[in-house]
Amino acid sequence: MSDTKKMIVTEELPGKLIAVEGLDGSGKSTQVYLLKRWLEMRGIKVFFSEWNSSVIVKKATSKGKKRQLLTPTTFSLIHCTDFADRYERQMLPLLRAGYLVLCDRYIYTAFARDAVRGCSRLWLRNLYGFVRQPDLTFFFNTPLEVALNRILSGRPQLKYFEAGMDLGLSADPYESFRLFQERIYQEYLAMRDEFGFVTIDGTGPIEDQQEQVRDIVARRFDLPRFRWRTQV
Amino acid sequence: MKFYGEGIAGVNLAELSGKLIVIEGADGSGRSTQIDLLRNYLENTGRAITNVGLVRSTLVSNELNEAKQGNVLSEITRSLFYATDFADQLENIIVPSLRAGFIVLADRYIYTLMAREIVRGADRDWVRSLYGIALVPQLIIYLKVSPGQLVERNLRKNATLDYWESGRDLGISRDVFKSFMRYQRLIQKEFSMIQTEFGFHVVNGNRAIRSVSREICAQVEEVLNREEK
Repeated sequence: MSDTKKMIVTEELPGKLIAVEGLDGSGKSTQVYLLKRWLEMRGIKVFFSEWNSSVIVKKATSKGKKRQLLTPTTFSLIHCTDFADRYERQMLPLLRAGYLVLCDRYIYTAFARDAVRGCSRLWLRNLYGFVRQPDLTFFFNTPLEVALNRILSGRPQLKYFEAGMDLGLSADPYESFRLFQERIYQEYLAMRDEFGFVTIDGTGPIEDQQEQVRDIVARRFDLPRFRWRTQV
Repeated sequence: MKFYGEGIAGVNLAELSGKLIVIEGADGSGRSTQIDLLRNYLENTGRAITNVGLVRSTLVSNELNEAKQGNVLSEITRSLFYATDFADQLENIIVPSLRAGFIVLADRYIYTLMAREIVRGADRDWVRSLYGIALVPQLIIYLKVSPGQLVERNLRKNATLDYWESGRDLGISRDVFKSFMRYQRLIQKEFSMIQTEFGFHVVNGNRAIRSVSREICAQVEEVLNREEK
């Protein structure tokens, strides 16, 4: 059994994968939610997956975060484990079953965050080497100040890792968050071409953005093919 | 010291003045016994020791043990869970100990983890890159014991063969005994494939405890003396 198989992640599957990426406050979650509603109401088999929601790994992740046990490497690995669990048990079977799988954040979130924390970009790309690239990735491009204002205007309680406090950029959580997000934003911009993101201007009215998103999805995929075949 | 691959962020290799010594071998190969004896020997000569092993991290070891019981993890998820456990110990125990000039005795290391994944069909390059975070040890002892002897020692100790050490998840045989023998042979084959590349010092573990221990202590002493020069 030493003749191990190479991981093949380019095989054509009946289902398709759509990811949305962008900063916190870029409006991507709103947009992917509206996209999901639209598809559902058209009788399309759609599944929505959020970053960081698997049950098996959740306990360890929240323990690590609460007790600040995580280093950049373990932070990266534990999130990748969590992602792999959802990917292998949920996303991949759904893709094989012909679903449109919508992801609020995908591996690019990890590439950006973990690289900012100091992980090697090459190592990260290999780490996620078992994962398919999305068939379509939207990048909600919102200027840093706009995204920051959307998040920070409510003066929310920022969690330790969320604010990037582990990077030691600033002792003030809000200032730390700003500096952290700025670096993440730079990583996103650098990945746009590498991974063929479709950029949506995240400053426009919500309806206009959604119209663009729906239009692109409808043109990219033969949507009737994803309809439920069974009658309820 | 150096890393196998990309390494981990924030570690200054020049600061690591300790030594990393790994003992590899299957369950029942005498690893723990030999590690205890080696520890005695080294402490007797005034060296400070830290012990590490697999699935002992604060971060995920409980969760990993729980998940193993239920056998609910998919292949890649399980690989990554083990890697997380390893990385947690690497960063929180191994590196700080080496920085403090300790000798770290590792009861198994990345080679067992890699071999287990590879016999289960994982992509070799992917596994290598994943464990590119690991430090290259000064010495890797591989306690090689024949599957026949392993069975005897395991049964003598536990009167049963472990599910994972028998590779039962692979479905090689419905017979536990056959499954154990075949799985251990697969692992040994994988170890012989990588032993030159990683520079294992192979020790014949079929012999009496004392003579194995003498060989290991002599080998460790030689490496420590060479390094100290």
